[in-house]
Amino acid sequence: MALSGIQIYKLLPQTNCKDCGFPTCLAFAMKLAAKQAELSACPHVSDEAQTQLAASARPPVRLVTLKANGNEVKAGNETVLFRHEKTFYHKPGLFARVRDDASDIGTTIAAADAYAVNYVGMDLTLDGFAVESTVDAAAFEAAIGAVRSASQRPLILISRDPAVMEAGLKALDGEAPLIYGADADNWQAMAGLAKQYGAALAVIADSLDGLAELAEQIAKTGVENLVLHPATESLSKGLALCTQIRRLALKKNFQPLGYPILAFPGHEDAGIESVRATQAITKYAGFIVLDHYAPEYVYPLLVLRENIYTDPQKPIQVQPGVYEINDPKPESPVMVTTNFSITYFSVANEVEGSGLPAWLLVTDAEGMSVLTAWAAGKFDAERIAKSVKQFELPDKVSKKVIVLPGHVAVLSGELEEELPDWEVRVGPREAVDIPSFMKQAL
Amino acid sequence: MPVDIPKDKWPGEVRTVTLGAAAANGGTRGSVVAVGGEKALPFMHFETDTPHRPALAMEIMDRLPEDWSPLLLEFWGDTAKDPAVWAKAAEDAGADLIQLQLSQTGADGNPTTPDAAVAAVKSVLAATGLPLIIFGPGQADVDNELLVPVAEATKGERVVLGLCEDKNYRTIVAAALANDHLVTARTAMDVNLAKQLNILISDMGLPLERVLMDPTTGALGYGIEYGFSVMERLRLAALQGDAMTQLPMIVTVGYETWKTKESKVGQDVPGEWGNWLERAINWETMTAMTLVESGADIVVLRHPESMKRVRAAIDELMTVPE
Ligand code: B12
Ligand code: SF4
Repeated sequence: MALSGIQIYKLLPQTNCKDCGFPTCLAFAMKLAAKQAELSACPHVSDEAQTQLAASARPPVRLVTLKANGNEVKAGNETVLFRHEKTFYHKPGLFARVRDDASDIGTTIAAADAYAVNYVGMDLTLDGFAVESTVDAAAFEAAIGAVRSASQRPLILISRDPAVMEAGLKALDGEAPLIYGADADNWQAMAGLAKQYGAALAVIADSLDGLAELAEQIAKTGVENLVLHPATESLSKGLALCTQIRRLALKKNFQPLGYPILAFPGHEDAGIESVRATQAITKYAGFIVLDHYAPEYVYPLLVLRENIYTDPQKPIQVQPGVYEINDPKPESPVMVTTNFSITYFSVANEVEGSGLPAWLLVTDAEGMSVLTAWAAGKFDAERIAKSVKQFELPDKVSKKVIVLPGHVAVLSGELEEELPDWEVRVGPREAVDIPSFMKQAL
Repeated sequence: MPVDIPKDKWPGEVRTVTLGAAAANGGTRGSVVAVGGEKALPFMHFETDTPHRPALAMEIMDRLPEDWSPLLLEFWGDTAKDPAVWAKAAEDAGADLIQLQLSQTGADGNPTTPDAAVAAVKSVLAATGLPLIIFGPGQADVDNELLVPVAEATKGERVVLGLCEDKNYRTIVAAALANDHLVTARTAMDVNLAKQLNILISDMGLPLERVLMDPTTGALGYGIEYGFSVMERLRLAALQGDAMTQLPMIVTVGYETWKTKESKVGQDVPGEWGNWLERAINWETMTAMTLVESGADIVVLRHPESMKRVRAAIDELMTVPE
């Protein structure tokens, strides 16, 4: 549990020597409690106090970062069980798995590595790759080399054999991959490798007792970056274990289980795998290894991850203003929408796709969708008319045609009153129908 | 290392709602479906038993829908031309429930008549033994005009009548009261709005054992996070003992997901979206699964393949680990 300023003060030397840059030990303690200072700034703190303070400063779910060639994936540091309580912070890393006996690893990985899909203005991608040993050390090393020639993203290395794992680690210079993993039989050797090569280590067991026991033993050897794999094929057992791990970490500050979770939703049926991966994303996984990564599976998963990890307090928004699409001229129409990102991009993409020029007027609706904003009184004729003037549309256009979203057709009368010299038109309800509407009706 | 498993103990529980009536209870249904009854968060079998599994409803319409995704129309084909045939096919595809959506207008473009609505409902009841959920076209006055005679013509079947919304619940609730039916109450993603509507409905005398609530969801990519969170909050409130939230939740996943561009459009979309059919099915299954994880008791779907996959997941989630 986090300590208060006074509790921290009691652990400090209390000499007020100012070496930390603060006038008193108490002032420094207060800053520490507020996480605005680092303990290392005090050169006089005792070893014992250091251990106690470090333990209290440790987040309930440790932040684990996998690194490679300038790319990073982080998981952990979560603080709530339900996203509405605050937010979920670190999107689970999505890793695509290849086996070392696969042919054409380079081509497969290059394609998956290059995959990027645009969702509300963001380019979403996979985070890394998992390479699994099925043959021997040489094949493993070769496969890792092939992956590295096609992608610079962080890796998860999969083998329970320490000798094979070491061959793999040697092939990765200066990286921090995740190695999978340590079980009751091999943990000492695996912990040694994790330490030697600076890798994060996955801890594998099929029960809470087993995971806690193993994680604690490994932590004692000085390996700090652990990831837990509750090894079960069953969705219900997996859900129970992941929930219990998260609860123990957050509510009891139970350190042996205070690490991110690794999930393998893989299934021979890609559609079933997507459903299993949905559980992993919604219920607490920190790293997820996929076996199927054709676009029709990866795209929805990337979107789901984005959705679940948005901050519930702040809808994703775009800047209000006039957006010029396809090089509009004074005679081009004005289309009105709101500044909720999903709304804006649905509309902007369609207008752009129509190939026809238009002015897209994005009103400040506090980041709400058309109907939500309308129902909340943030998108009405008065506000639309105000933005028309604010963004100086009368100076930009000559034809003065303004198109409303079909869902708010009811606003057209009032808008005509607000903008007497404009022609108010009602567009289709869904953005998909915008191109045909523009071609036929505008 | 023996770890103390952290168990939640909740003071409240969700009511059990039973859809459909068999002959012994005044109806004609071959099967009835009970939902709700949860005493813990979804599938926490280590805390208490989960009395009922989430049920899957298949959405059908009284006539061939014009605005449905071409993928759905292609799949259902001629079946969709007759609601009775469609209902039977939905039953064969593994549905627990049928959700019949009435259209605003008939094939001739004229408004759907009460007689036509009653005929469609009766033909569906005759074709399948599954319990029925019946939604009006979604316009207050039309809904009232169609749902009242439908309720009378199906007296005792314990069908679910929808949608009750804040502006339009009185007539539908009265029709349910008079004819031994259930209702579903829809509000816009807000715990307090849901409670208020449930209070209004129960104030009219309809026992809460005959009310489902629909907190509204968005599709994946189009607001699902709001649906996910409002359902988690409603379920937590119910378990904490807030009586007016202790109702099973129904979500119209098929309706939401199949209107997204990802599901509706196969041409001129980014190549990164991948195979159209598989993408559309994933859109539906992943939206459904997300909401099942947050407490959905009834999920309404449109594609049998989605139903198959979601059912497989629910089967697994309902299996109590040893
Ligand atoms: C997510 C959501 C919310 C979220 C907000 C999300 C956000 N940032 O906007 C939350 C939970 C906060 C919310 C709150 C409310 N909501 Co709300 N919400 C929804 C929901 C589920 C999805 C909305 C959405 O994101 N749609 C996706 C976007 C992309 O759609 P869109 O903006 O309409 O854009 C599309 C089209 O309009 C078109 N389009 C857009 N611009 C343009 C422009 C032109 C020119 C053209 C041609 C087309 C076009 O293209 C887009 C794609 O097709 C809908 C129900 C539903 N399933 O649709 C209810 C809904 C919009 N909400 C509703 C209501 C009533 C509310 C509240 C007032 C409830 C309340 N009293 O608390 C509040 C208001 C907010 C407040 N007071 O703070 C009602 C509105 C009812 C009505 N018909 O008026 C709805 C329809 C639910 C319902 N059935 O009752 N809501
Ligand atoms: S350096 Fe340490 S001992 Fe000196 S004032 Fe700061 S906290 Fe106190």
